[in-house]
Parts: sequence; C-alpha cells; structure tokens
Amino acid sequence: MSASFSSRPGPGPGPASGSSGVPGIASLPAMPLAPGGTPRALAMVERAEWAARAFARYDIATVRRIAHAAALAGAAQACRLAEEAVRETGFGVVEHKVVKNESCSIGLWQAYGDHDYVSPRIDEQAKILRVPRPAGVILALTPSTNPVATTFSKIMFGLLTRNAIVISPHPYAAGVCAEAATVMAQAAVAAGAPDGCVQVVTEPSVPLVDALMASSRVSLIVATGGTAMVRAAHSSGNPALGVGPGNVPVLVDATADPGAAATAILDSKAFDNSVLCTNESVLIVVESVADALEKALTRQGAHLTSPAETDAVRAVIFDGDRLRTEWIGREATAIAAAAGIRVPARTRVLITPIDLVVPEEALAHEKLLPVLALTRVPTAERGIDVARAVLRISGQGHSAAIHSRDAATVMAFGSSVPVMRISVNVGNSLGSSGFHTNLAPTMTIGTGFTGRSALTANLAPEHLVAETQVAYGSSPATPMPSFSGLDPWYAPDGPVPQYPVASNLDDAASGRSAGRGAEHASASSAGANGVAGPQESDELRDHLRRLIVEELRAMVKG
Amino acid sequence: MTGTTSSGAGFDYGLFSFASKDEMLRKSQEFWNPGKTQFWIDSGVPLVIDRREGYFLYDMSGKRLIDVHLNGGTYNLGHRHPEVVHTVSTAMQHFDIGNHHFPSLARTALAEALIASAPGGLTKVIYGSGGGEAIDIALKTARHTTQKRKIVSIVKAYHGHTGLAVGTGDERFSQLFLADAPEDFPHVPFNDLDAMEQALAGRDVAAVIMETIPATYGFPLPNPGYLRAVKQLCERYGALYIADEVQTGLMRTGELWGITKEGIEPDIMVTGKGISGGLYPIACVLVNERSAGWLTQDGFGHISTFGGAELGCIAALKALEITSRPETRSRVHYLADVIGSGLRRIQDTCPDWFTGIRQNGVIFGLEFDDPQGAKYVMKHLYENGVWAIFSTLDPRVLQYKPGILMSPELADELLDRTAVAITKAAREAAGQHGSRAVRAGWEGRR
Ligand SMILES: Cc1ncc(COP(=O)(O)O)c(C=O)c1O
Repeated sequence: MSASFSSRPGPGPGPASGSSGVPGIASLPAMPLAPGGTPRALAMVERAEWAARAFARYDIATVRRIAHAAALAGAAQACRLAEEAVRETGFGVVEHKVVKNESCSIGLWQAYGDHDYVSPRIDEQAKILRVPRPAGVILALTPSTNPVATTFSKIMFGLLTRNAIVISPHPYAAGVCAEAATVMAQAAVAAGAPDGCVQVVTEPSVPLVDALMASSRVSLIVATGGTAMVRAAHSSGNPALGVGPGNVPVLVDATADPGAAATAILDSKAFDNSVLCTNESVLIVVESVADALEKALTRQGAHLTSPAETDAVRAVIFDGDRLRTEWIGREATAIAAAAGIRVPARTRVLITPIDLVVPEEALAHEKLLPVLALTRVPTAERGIDVARAVLRISGQGHSAAIHSRDAATVMAFGSSVPVMRISVNVGNSLGSSGFHTNLAPTMTIGTGFTGRSALTANLAPEHLVAETQVAYGSSPATPMPSFSGLDPWYAPDGPVPQYPVASNLDDAASGRSAGRGAEHASASSAGANGVAGPQESDELRDHLRRLIVEELRAMVKG
Repeated sequence: MTGTTSSGAGFDYGLFSFASKDEMLRKSQEFWNPGKTQFWIDSGVPLVIDRREGYFLYDMSGKRLIDVHLNGGTYNLGHRHPEVVHTVSTAMQHFDIGNHHFPSLARTALAEALIASAPGGLTKVIYGSGGGEAIDIALKTARHTTQKRKIVSIVKAYHGHTGLAVGTGDERFSQLFLADAPEDFPHVPFNDLDAMEQALAGRDVAAVIMETIPATYGFPLPNPGYLRAVKQLCERYGALYIADEVQTGLMRTGELWGITKEGIEPDIMVTGKGISGGLYPIACVLVNERSAGWLTQDGFGHISTFGGAELGCIAALKALEITSRPETRSRVHYLADVIGSGLRRIQDTCPDWFTGIRQNGVIFGLEFDDPQGAKYVMKHLYENGVWAIFSTLDPRVLQYKPGILMSPELADELLDRTAVAITKAAREAAGQHGSRAVRAGWEGRR
C-alpha cells in the first residue's frame, strides 16, 4: 500500500459494530440481483414474440420438416424422460409413460403430420380464400402428472401450426419438462425453426405464472392442470383454452360382457397408476351383472375391499374430501400396505364399494391413483342418475365411459350425462384421450360449457390456428380470380434469425443476397440431415412402426 | 419538497416548474448553455425531454418520439427500465455512493460479474464516473504499464472530452480549449494499416485506442481483419490495444462485447453509457494482468470520489444481467435482421439519396448523398416522431441505434416513420434546400 495517500488514522467503527450490524446483499429485501424468475420468463415471452412472427410466414414443407424432426427427437428420448419423470415426481409407471411419450411425439406426427394448418385454401363455390393465421405466442401450462407427454403434445401442436410456445411446467416437474422441451426445441431449430419458438420456464412459481398469464404479448393460454390455475387463466384477460378436472363415471349395464369390461376398466385404471385425468373414478354396475363383474375384476388383479378396508383406504388417500397429493400415481400395493391391507403382489387396483354417491363420500371424488369406487344400481336408468351424481361432485364436461351392447342405453347415457366425450366398451384413460378411439389424440380434454371451458373437443392443432377469410361479393357478377400457384409463405434459406454479420463482411463474401443464400442453404441442409438423417435409423423406424400398430391403431386415420 | 409555483397550464415538476416551453428555453439559454440551446432550435429539433419511458421520449409539448439515439447506447434497455429502476430504488434502502477508499461490496460484485462476461485475459476492473474518465484511466494505465507516453488513435475518433481522452479525438473539440497535443497523440486514418504501422514502428507508443466501430464518425465499419491486424501491430511494436466498447458493447452487435466478434482479446477494455441502464452514472475499465500492475504497486494511483459509486455498480449489475440473457441476444439478432432488411427496402426506393447502410447488429450508420445529409434526415425524423442524431464528425451519416429490447411492433412503426422521413428529406435536399434557419444553425457550428 502506498504512503502517498494521507489518511487520518481515526478509530472508525469498522465493518459494523458486531457481525449482525450490516446485512449482506443476500439479506436485503427483494434485491433482484440474481437472474431468473419472473423477469426472465417475461423475457422469454418477448423472445417468443419475434419467433412467432417469423414462424407465421413459414411454408408447409418446412413446417412438416420441423415437426417431424421434433417428433423423432422426442420419441428417441421417450424412455429416458419417462424414467426421469417418475424419479422427479414420484407419479406413475415408467413403461406407461414411455407409451404416452411416444404417442405424444411420433404418435402425434403420425396423426397430424399430413394435415395442413399452413397453406391457404380456396373455396371456389363460396368465393372465399382462407388463409391460416397462427395464434402467435402460446403460453402452455403443463401438469405434474403427465409432464413429458403434455409438454410434447403442446409443442407438437404448436410446431404444426407455426406458433411459438412458452411452456410453464408444474413446479413438481419443472426439471423433466425443461429437458423434454429442450429436446424438441433443439431438434426443431436444427431443422430450421425460428430461434426461441419453443422455450420453457425453468423456475416456475405462482407469481411468475400470474405475470406470464397477464402479459399482453401472450396470444393464447392453453392450461392443462388444476382448477385454480385454469380459472386464473380464464380470468387473465388473454384468450385461454382451459380445461376442468375429471371425475369419470363408468357404467356397466346388463348387456355388457363382464370379462371384457373388467379387462378394459382395469387396464385403464392401472395405466400410469391413474394419473391421466381420463381415468375411471366410480364404477357403476347394474345389479344383474355385478357379481360376475366383481369376480372378473378380482381374477384380473383387483382387490375388492371389505367395509373396514374401505374406511382404511379412504383415510390413507383422502384428508377430508381432499386427495392427499403424496399418493397420486402410486402403486395399488403401496396404498394397500399403508392401509394395513394384505393383498397379492400382482394387485393393480383397489376397488372400494360405496353405497351412495354424494359429496361427503370422499371416495366418490376424483382419484388420480389406482383406487376405484364401486356402486351397484338396480337398472341402467338408475346408473345414469348415479353417473350424473358423480359429475355433480366434479368433472362436469370431462368424460365418462359405458360398457353396454344396447344402443338405446348408450344413447340415453350420451344424451343425459353432462360430459363432452364418452368411451364405449374401451378403457377411458386412453379412450377419451383419443388413443384407443377415433377421437382426436390429446393430453388436453376440453370440458365444454358445462365444464367452464370454451374448448369442447380434445385439444388438437386446429384449435391453435385462426383463419383469415378473404371473401368476394356473393353476386355472380363479382368474379374471383384464380389463386392457383400463389403461396404467401416461404422456406427460410438459413437460420432464423440470421447471425448479424457486419454488413461489409457480408458484401465481402460475395454479392449480399447471393452470399447469404448460399451460406444458408448449406447450413439448413446440414441441419435437416443432422436431425432427420442419422437418427431415423431402420431400427428406430421399425420400433416406431411397431409402436404405432400396437398402441395407436385406432388413431391413424390416414 | 414543494413546487415553486402552482402553474395551472404550466409545467410543474414539484421541485421546479416552468410556465411554458418558451420560458424554459429562454432560461436554458440564460443559465445553462446558450450555444447548444440555440443549435437545436435552429436545427428543427426543439426537443426538451419531459416524460421518458421505454424507447419513447416525450417533448414538453407532449410530442412522442421513438428514441434511436439512446445517448449513444445509454438507453439500450430503454428509458427507466423497470427492473433497473426497481433494483436501484431497492438498493437505496441500503447503499449510497460509497467510500472510494475502502474495499466495497457492490464494486467488487460488479467487477467479478464484468470479468466473467469479458473477453479472455481481462482480470481486474477500475472504475470511473463517466466514459471520459474511464478512457483517461485506460490511457494512464497504458502509459504506466509501458512507460511510454504516445497514444495512437484514428482520425475522427471520439473517446470523450476529459484531459487525456480529448487529445485522442478530433481537433474540433481539443483546440477550443488548447488541449490538442499532436506530439503525444498522433492520429492515423481509419482502415489504413500502413499508417498505423508507421505510427507504431518507432516503438515509442504506449497504446492504440480504438472504438470497435467509430461512433461519432458515423460507424464506418472496420475492414475485414483490420482490427486484428492493428492488434498484431501492437504486439509487434510493444503497444497495448485499448478497446473502447462504450458504444459497441452491451449486445449492440449481437454479442455482449463487439470486440469478441472481431476475435480480439484487448489489453484494456472500456465500457460506459448503457452499462448502468441510464439511471446512475458509472464507467468501467477492464484490464489484463499485465496492465493491472499499478493496482498492486500503488492502489491509490487513481482516485475518483464518484468513480464506481455503489449505486451505479448495482444498476450496472442488473443492466449487465438483463443484457446478457440469452433471450436478449436472440431478440437483438431478430431485430438486426428486421431493421436491416427494412432499411434496405427503404434504400431500394431512393438509392441515389440513401446511398449506404453500415450495419453491425443493431448499430447502423445511414449514409446520404449530401455533405449535411443526415441533418435533413434528422429533422424529418423528428417531425415524424423519431429521434436519431447525425454523426458530429461526418454529418453525411445518420447514427441509427434501435434499442436492444425493441418489440416487433415498435420496429415496424420505426421503419414506417423512417421511410417517410427519408423520402421527405430527399425531397428537401434535392429541391429548395429547405429551411434557411436550419442551414444557418449548422453553418454556425462548423
Ligand atoms: C466511444 C465513446 N467513448 C467514450 C465516450 C465518452 O463517454 P462520456 O461522455 O461518458 O465521458 C463516448 C461518449 O460519447 C463515446 O461515444
């Protein structure tokens, strides 16, 4: 230290009198020095705005290349991400999550890849030109129960419709959602998608989600999750497609095949340990087939509880009428053990008989775990009343199932039970979500007006795109010219946006536009090869073909 | 605090007030700077900035302007960026300027963050209260390190108006105060490597100081490889390379520091202006280990009461964090693409008037076919709601600096306004040469 500085040697109190005197930076009130949090999430929305704007002008060939690349990349990581999802959340079954992850990546490509949500269509008769216009920036809220599958499906829908998407995952599943989104985002961008068209919030929190939902730069919120969050989405002031919770009644009438019904119901209830919102909640069985059905259920891995066991199960999984979240997606055997019930190791589902479907019966509420309530009714007509009672508790507009060979009963069920979709003679988990029926395959179930949603169908790409209608006068005297050969969209010839090279370097390389064109053409073909080429090995293709045949047969409509 | 008058239709700012804009301008001439005040009136840009928010400035009249001058990048993040405002006001519960002698919390934290962000080799940070002081620190540091006196800069360089910095710049600013010192401050033409080598060959040069793109000269772009060759010449002849990143840093080129895009690791790097979000003045000198010697030998070698003021450090930490976000970088790339191609489209409509676009990221120099061309464009931009400034040292060229967080819609609006203004300016320049007052004002300045 130099002596050239003259300082007075005064006693000076030094760094605070006592170590507690001066709070460090970390202890200051809300000192926002650290990156992350809400500001960062809003920055993502602002970046997405640019991406959406660029993406909205892409042509169909490029869009398909991008969506395909993302689907392949997602499918390739389906197993790893399934394992991580179970590890992070503790919910569900790895093998079943693998199926869902594949279904929501390559499966959705198979279902929607040949649809065109991009090119203008001409209705010559009506003299209307229809130009698809993407929503823009989509804020996607994803749940903890199906984190990867929901993330994948929303990204796939977003890419197919040229939307930019910001995923805000449930905090319990933030890590695996971020990984899932990154897998697809990187593949999409490598295949030519605009930078930032898929982003994911890494530190989700309630205030952060509120701020995102309120952002005027968000064009559409797609909310899959709890009621409170969906309500918040609807009241945010932004357009929102939110869906309500389920609480699925399933009716087995006298005409049903008890063995087949038991198989479908158990497979569905055991699928991913009931974390799909479409899983059966209350089994309503007509007295005349009840014994046969119970026998079949028991034979196939269900345990029917005694009245005392029913009470024990109720006490384990419910706190009052609130499902204890720590039991969501857990094994039936674990629940049984906690309830002090000895069950065979192969037990997949616990079936708890109840007499009355009323709000104060906790077991009549939604159960995202492999416990199924069972109630007997004298007739199918009474069964319909009970199904309505189940939905009065919760789940209006969501889904229901029926096992019956009688058209009149199915018609009566379909016209009385207040849900937007009903699976017939198949399990509801994959039936109403469109994977085992010809409904649109999805992870987001529109609950319609009765379920307080503007979305009534299964969420599909078409819900994320609007249409500009260019209409000519209806008088025959007003002709409409031919639009054939006109495509307003383009195929980018390189990364979007272009790297900001100094303008004199650009010129130096060759002529400005020629230089850019050449450079980017090669960059983009490298990107496409990098994604679609090597990864689409024969092995993977075989695997995918098998998968599609086995799991998605009903879904592929060509 | 009470307002001096309650002025009805006037302008009451609490602590002070003015009855009218005219009164304000009159007092500005009387008590502040008559020359500057009159210049802007004569230039057709009678701006007195009142409200400011985001990339908008509002004249006292209420007229809204999109700010693409940004005080040379001071408002990169926009005026009063809410996150920086929040950070600084929160910090005021605890911090003030600080004491310039003692180890300091905020100064140390910022130094660490700056070094982490900086090109390789830079290891320590010295603070000034403004760009000019920081440049002086850089030049003093180079002199100490090399024990040589000469500083080489380019003709039409601009590094500030403080004691040493002013010597590196144009005579227009040094002669006025008898501060020109050509023996110690040789100037060589930009993009001329032979001239640079001649200046350095005597091995008596402490440093070459370079703006990565010379701002006040109208952002002429360094020829490909020029800066790298200058750096090599510095190494060959024992001079330090000082990168003045006051205008080119902070993501304006699409990378945090423009110099890294050139592939150069400078011996010393200076940042200022936008580093603290336009809310609290501070400037920083980053030095490599070789140049950091005096900080150990005599830590009191440079003293500045306000240099590294802790509130400024805190503002800078936040501004640096916002600027460094991957989202910000991506947005700058989009913006550069959109504004660049938008300007080229405008240029296609009047290539004889709008003769060139110099672009690196969101740094633009727009060239016009008239020795005073940018002044016409500036005036018409002002009339059409955009504030951009001509290049003082080459008034053919307009400095055009969109903010790095500009939204897509604002970019569109900016381009619309720019297209109209450029066309109108072309008409004025080609035809009757417009307002006599404007020309008189300009001539008066030269
Ligand atoms: C490149 C450059 N360096 C240094 C300075 C000086 O900074 P200040 O005005 O803060 O002293 C400026 C100011 O315009 C500048 O543009």
